[in-house]
Amino acid sequence: MLIAIARRLNLLIITLFILCLASYVLAFLFPGDALTNLSGIPALSADQSHQLQLMYALNEGWFSGFWTYLKLTLNGDWGVSLNSQTPIFEDILKLLPASLELSLYAMVISLVVGLPLGVLAGLKHRSYTDMSILSVSLTGFSFPVFWLSLLLILIFSLQLGYLPMSGRISLLFDIPHSTGFILVDILRSEMPVKDAALFDALRHLVLPTLSLSIVTTALVIRLIRRSVVTVYASDFIKAAYTKGLSHSQVFWRHGMKNALLPIMPQLAMQFTVLLTNAMIVEVIFSWPGIGEWLIQAIYQRDFPAIRGGMLAVSAVVVTFTISVELLVRILYPLNKRQFYAQT
Amino acid sequence: MRRRVLVVLALSILSGCQKPGQNSLPMEGLVYCSEGSPITFNPQLDISGTTADATSHQLYNRLIDFDPETGKLVPSLASSWSVSRDGLTYAFQLRKHVNFHQTAYFTPTRSFNAKDVLFSINRWFDPNHPYHQVSGGRYPYFESLGLQQIIKEVSLINGFRVEIKLNYPDSSFLATLATDFAVILSEEYASQLMTENRPELIDSLPIGTGPFKFHRYRKDAYIRYSRHDGYWEGNQSVEQLIYDITSRSSLRLAKLITGECDVIAYPAQTELQVIEERSDLYLEERPGLNVGFWAFNTARAPFDDARVRRALALAVDRKTLLDAIYFDTAVAAKSLLPPSSWAYDDTLEQSSYNPVQAKKLLQEAGIEPGFTMTIWAMPVERAYNPNATKMAELIKHYLADVGIQVQIVSHEWSTFRRLLLKGQHDSVLIGWSADNGDPDNFYRPLLSCSAIASGSNRANWCSAEYDKLINLAVRTADESIRMSYYQQANQILMDQVPLLPIAHAYRFQAYRKGVSGLQINPFGGISFANVSKDRD
Repeated sequence: MLIAIARRLNLLIITLFILCLASYVLAFLFPGDALTNLSGIPALSADQSHQLQLMYALNEGWFSGFWTYLKLTLNGDWGVSLNSQTPIFEDILKLLPASLELSLYAMVISLVVGLPLGVLAGLKHRSYTDMSILSVSLTGFSFPVFWLSLLLILIFSLQLGYLPMSGRISLLFDIPHSTGFILVDILRSEMPVKDAALFDALRHLVLPTLSLSIVTTALVIRLIRRSVVTVYASDFIKAAYTKGLSHSQVFWRHGMKNALLPIMPQLAMQFTVLLTNAMIVEVIFSWPGIGEWLIQAIYQRDFPAIRGGMLAVSAVVVTFTISVELLVRILYPLNKRQFYAQT
Repeated sequence: MRRRVLVVLALSILSGCQKPGQNSLPMEGLVYCSEGSPITFNPQLDISGTTADATSHQLYNRLIDFDPETGKLVPSLASSWSVSRDGLTYAFQLRKHVNFHQTAYFTPTRSFNAKDVLFSINRWFDPNHPYHQVSGGRYPYFESLGLQQIIKEVSLINGFRVEIKLNYPDSSFLATLATDFAVILSEEYASQLMTENRPELIDSLPIGTGPFKFHRYRKDAYIRYSRHDGYWEGNQSVEQLIYDITSRSSLRLAKLITGECDVIAYPAQTELQVIEERSDLYLEERPGLNVGFWAFNTARAPFDDARVRRALALAVDRKTLLDAIYFDTAVAAKSLLPPSSWAYDDTLEQSSYNPVQAKKLLQEAGIEPGFTMTIWAMPVERAYNPNATKMAELIKHYLADVGIQVQIVSHEWSTFRRLLLKGQHDSVLIGWSADNGDPDNFYRPLLSCSAIASGSNRANWCSAEYDKLINLAVRTADESIRMSYYQQANQILMDQVPLLPIAHAYRFQAYRKGVSGLQINPFGGISFANVSKDRD
């Protein structure tokens, strides 16, 4: 068990280390002055340039330079954005919660909708129900996210006028920024019209969450269906039935657990797909998250910001994936032999 | 049974979706979708319309204002003024009991008086003023008009009386004081910041006397203003004014339709029909005080040769440009001045499309067929040129007919302007929106010699004769005499063609039903001072 945890942590640290290395090297590969790319300060004077050289230890060789960079990165000094001249790390801290929030809700919806449907399809394998669920999910899966978002905007915002199409909340509400999660922030704020604000924020959430979750829901359905089918075809289920257990007993004691366990990491992986899709959705819905910010940065060739954004997003993805694997391991420990057999 | 439950559930979800009227939010306020982030919150420091729209009429007042209907000067912070007979001394009597904003970062202890006027003018006028160098020390609008040379001194007569002496008469001086850029700042706030040793905050955490006070700003996201309750003119406007910064014009229109914006900036010419077709949106139209033009960089060969410039002007059919780019929302330009200006010369003949003549002129000037030039097309849409790139493409085709190859250049807007200032262009498609109704506001910033340094003379053209004429024109207040000078200046422009005027575009303002009190101000930025919003 300890070995398993140590292995995962090791993997996490090494991956993060490699990410840092990649982001450091990028600063030299991007066009323009490496110092500007690192610090985000354009048009350096000789004096500034000298100071920054010292700060980034650039003339002490690659290794020492990278070591200094690593230390600065860990301290939260990621340089400033070329475009806005604001500290990148602070920008990211402000924006990342918005993206995480969107992905989180979409994930919850995907699971709430996808799990029962997937199980149903798996249990009624090859039936009419199975086929219709499958075809619906295939359709959902085939939609490009950006097209779906635009379609939803066209129908629900522009034609029907039911839902807003941009932002997290009407700007008329002045919500103080504390956690960055809009719903939490509203609940924590001391404004007089809290429920109206909450309702408005929810209305803003509907369309982006929906367009994000449709693709993931389809994926979740297909994953679970496959797993349930495999489990129900195995001998121990037959044995359970021959023991005389009822349908629900078999389902809850043997079916679900064994069907879900192997796909937990795969389900968690969907979160990373979500985060990637969230970037596209953010741009379309003007959602003030990391995706929109990063795409603006790319558009304006803001290299320090691209570097920081890339590092932040990949670090989140890596950390999340590995933590889920770890969690699965802790919840359902396999014995040593199974562990070695599996890896 | 199960099915019935589902139906009930679906119905209850749907019923929650009934159209919630957009004004049902309990928060009162107006959302204006603007086209970009202001560069600063002090319009003295920047010449762009975006900055002026965001700040000038919301946060500040000027000594005098233009009446948006008549274009006449009306009192604002100065309750009255007088001009001496020789046109050299201007005296302003100031309004009493005018309050500055009280905000989280500043509490005024006194109301507006002459010290504030002195401070506001001296900041840009006096190079030795402690605040002159704060935030860069460049005041592009005043520099382009050469105001530092015109003003002799500004003096305080008593607590509510200020006198400005000029070096020589300038009939456009009062109009200059009424522009978006001549705002009045708080001297008390400035000295407080100076003692706290952080003077630069004066331009990012602004204090003024205007109808709204600054609350919060996030670049490329929003600006929040709240109502200034002690506003001297009385304040019936909305409680909150929010600028939702939305750079894509199609997105602004979509937000207007969904009700996320109440008013939008610069609807695109192609979108006007959509707005007109909807019953819940209003579109207002006014002839604008602007000109879109094609300027040739006369500092570069072969564009220093007037024959080449004339030839290029003859090679392009401006009628087609007007139809294809402005969709009938502009009038063809004859000279710099739009028809709504009092000095507009109706008799002026416009050169017509003549590629044969153009070829002949090019040959005379020794331009070989196959000559390559650049056309810089500005990357943003402005009323005076809604689609510079498309216009450049059209011009490219016309010039191909006379044997000139064109390379179209475009950069991101701030880079674009920086490189233009360096004069790296052969020619550029750009334009000018006037800040006041005076004709001098077209002739001087666009083509005078002093405007080369301040960056508004895109042709880098300098003619002593032209400068003399426009200087003579402002020395007198008699409009018919001034007009004759401007006619002579027009003749020089016709002959020299430092730039080819293309169109004067209409100005449009689109807003939702229920918004009232919004007026197009042809003499500058948008003002929300008297805007209110019905709640239905």
